[in-house]
Amino acid sequence: MKKRRWISLLVENEIGVLARVSGLFSGKSYNIDTLSVGTTEDETVSRMTISFTSDDKTFEQVKKQLNRSVEVIKVVDFSDAPIHLKELMFIRVTSCSGDDKAEIFRITDVFGVKVIDCSRNTVLVESVQTEKRNNDLAGLLVKLFGGRVQIVRGGCVGIEALTITER
Amino acid sequence: MTGAELFVKALKAEGVRHLFAYPGGQAIDMFNALYGEKDIEVILPRHEQGLVHAADGYARATGKTGVCLVTSGPGATNLVTGIATANYDSVPLVCFTGQVPLGLMGNDAFQEVDIVGITRNICKYAVTVRKRADLGTVIKKAFYIAASGKPGVVVVDIPKNIQQEEGSSSYPEKIEIRGYKPNASVHMGQIKKAADMLNQAKRPVFLIGGGVNIARANDEMKRLAEASGVPVITTVPGKGAIPADHPLYVGNIGIHGSYAANSAVSECDVLFSIGTRFNDRITGRIDTFAKNAKIIHIDIDSASISRNIVVDIPIVADAKRAISALLERVEYKDREDWILHIDEWKKRHPLRMKKTEGIMNPEDIMRAINRNYKNAVITTDVGQNQMWATQFLDLDGGSKLLTSGGLGTMGYGLPAAIGAKLGCPEKEVVVVCGDGGMQMNVQELATAVCYELPMTVCILNNGYLGNVRQWQEMFYNRRYSSTCLRRRKCCDSACSDPNAECPPYVPDFVKLAESYGAKGIRVFKEEDIQAAFDEAKLNSKTPTIIEFIIEREVNVLPIVPVGNPLSDMYLEDPEV
Repeated sequence: MKKRRWISLLVENEIGVLARVSGLFSGKSYNIDTLSVGTTEDETVSRMTISFTSDDKTFEQVKKQLNRSVEVIKVVDFSDAPIHLKELMFIRVTSCSGDDKAEIFRITDVFGVKVIDCSRNTVLVESVQTEKRNNDLAGLLVKLFGGRVQIVRGGCVGIEALTITER
Repeated sequence: MTGAELFVKALKAEGVRHLFAYPGGQAIDMFNALYGEKDIEVILPRHEQGLVHAADGYARATGKTGVCLVTSGPGATNLVTGIATANYDSVPLVCFTGQVPLGLMGNDAFQEVDIVGITRNICKYAVTVRKRADLGTVIKKAFYIAASGKPGVVVVDIPKNIQQEEGSSSYPEKIEIRGYKPNASVHMGQIKKAADMLNQAKRPVFLIGGGVNIARANDEMKRLAEASGVPVITTVPGKGAIPADHPLYVGNIGIHGSYAANSAVSECDVLFSIGTRFNDRITGRIDTFAKNAKIIHIDIDSASISRNIVVDIPIVADAKRAISALLERVEYKDREDWILHIDEWKKRHPLRMKKTEGIMNPEDIMRAINRNYKNAVITTDVGQNQMWATQFLDLDGGSKLLTSGGLGTMGYGLPAAIGAKLGCPEKEVVVVCGDGGMQMNVQELATAVCYELPMTVCILNNGYLGNVRQWQEMFYNRRYSSTCLRRRKCCDSACSDPNAECPPYVPDFVKLAESYGAKGIRVFKEEDIQAAFDEAKLNSKTPTIIEFIIEREVNVLPIVPVGNPLSDMYLEDPEV
């Protein structure tokens, strides 16, 4: 059955490793939904969070292929594990009237996110939430403000949960 | 010590005796450090593709890691096909490429290519050395990765400034790589389950791939077959896993496999496979493959298991280690009915080519190779010649077959034989190739002559790219599109009819051989085959090319058309 998968990779922090990992996906015709990468407490190690949609068989293949890459130190399967998973999103709305601004402030209150910057008629919203909740917020703002909305989204980053048992 | 000097020191520490190398501007410092070197023989082929195939043939024939050295840019890109060829067949190679100085990288400098980027997806590991201090460690890592686990190709790209820079002369003795831990054990619980399943089977077969040859587990495999009484079927790269004249050997599986082998796999109740990845060329239509069988799969690469077919008992292990463990647990079972059944298939449709009196067919040539060469290394090219070689060569008396099984690279045969002969000078070396593939690396005849490498090069000349022509004949209504090598400007672009009026073949392989200082013989008739091999054996200094003029439209049979189940094969040429 095809479903959304999440994996976290510990990899060597070297030139070409991102290309190796992403090339492995493209070479095998697996499509990446999101990928984010950054260094860890050990600066020689980077951690990637990757999500893609696949059936069980393909997912097993992906994990095995990643595992056998020399540059990949560890593959952690997040698919069914309790994890914290957040995505950063910026939304800018331009040509706002006073009412528009008030509306945006109300919406950000409801979603528990912040307006971090604001000019005479432009508002900038920062949202660090789950991917799904970011989708909801982005969808709502686009519905209300149409072509005046610009969106920048990063990939998700995830970490294993300590006490929670559901994602 | 300069980086180039450390490079030479590292090769010596790794026991490298032969280096396949072609110089160029960004590798000149490494060549300078090799000048006058007594412990390493530097072999200069005539083209980098010939070079890498030679290193590949050397590695397959000796079991040692093959080592290449080329310059940046075109030197490096000319390796690409050979890297993919070797890596696909799990051949250990370390390929050193010169690179423009670090400061110029990314600037589109003269002869700059991102060879690491180009080869990343066709090799086991590729890396650019970015600090002189890392050079020793990177080289150590390269040799370790290439030869351990599932062997493969490692590319080490060395910028010119690092070759020139002074630095430490130390070369590590051991290396730890945190992301790379090749499997070094075998799961005994799984082995026990597998042995139990095999012991209880009524109609079992072994399906043996190239992994057994790579692990050099041929003796163990023969003992395992004999200890269990289970018949053995091989893939093309697995050919020779046990001698082809062994009573338990059934034949090759696959689209050109034998009727008995394909039928046995289709009807077995336990398929015990070792070292094969169930490639599409061996399974036929996948949903009908061994459909009544429980499948046991041993492979060193966990990613090969349950990829193409679903497996009941997976075992990730080196073939030799796993077979040794199995030897302690398998029991001999008398399965007379099953063995007789297979013999019946063998008798009903033996692997024989149709014989027309007075006409020399490829089987006659292969049987002559069997008679004349024992304990030899035989390389093949790709296409019909390769299929006939894998169908009819016996590989008894310790003979070894080197063939591009996974990638199917034309032009492999001759250079691979050069590497094999350099690695095993005491062995006779034979090349089986077609007239098409021969021309893809024919320049390497010069290498064979210059290094005094006697070998017998058997060209099966039908004037066609025969394998594709066969498909065109069988499945494309005889539309011989771009497969005729005798075709000239004057020919009809829609020709499907080779005849006596066809233009003469070029080149004249006999004259070509002579122009290189090699020996050339042309054979038209079956009765002249033996005399040609006799003459070749007398030539102990240079290669002997025997050009066999075979029938133009002879086909490899049987054949399983693509999309058919394995058991549904053409045993004879279809009626036109």
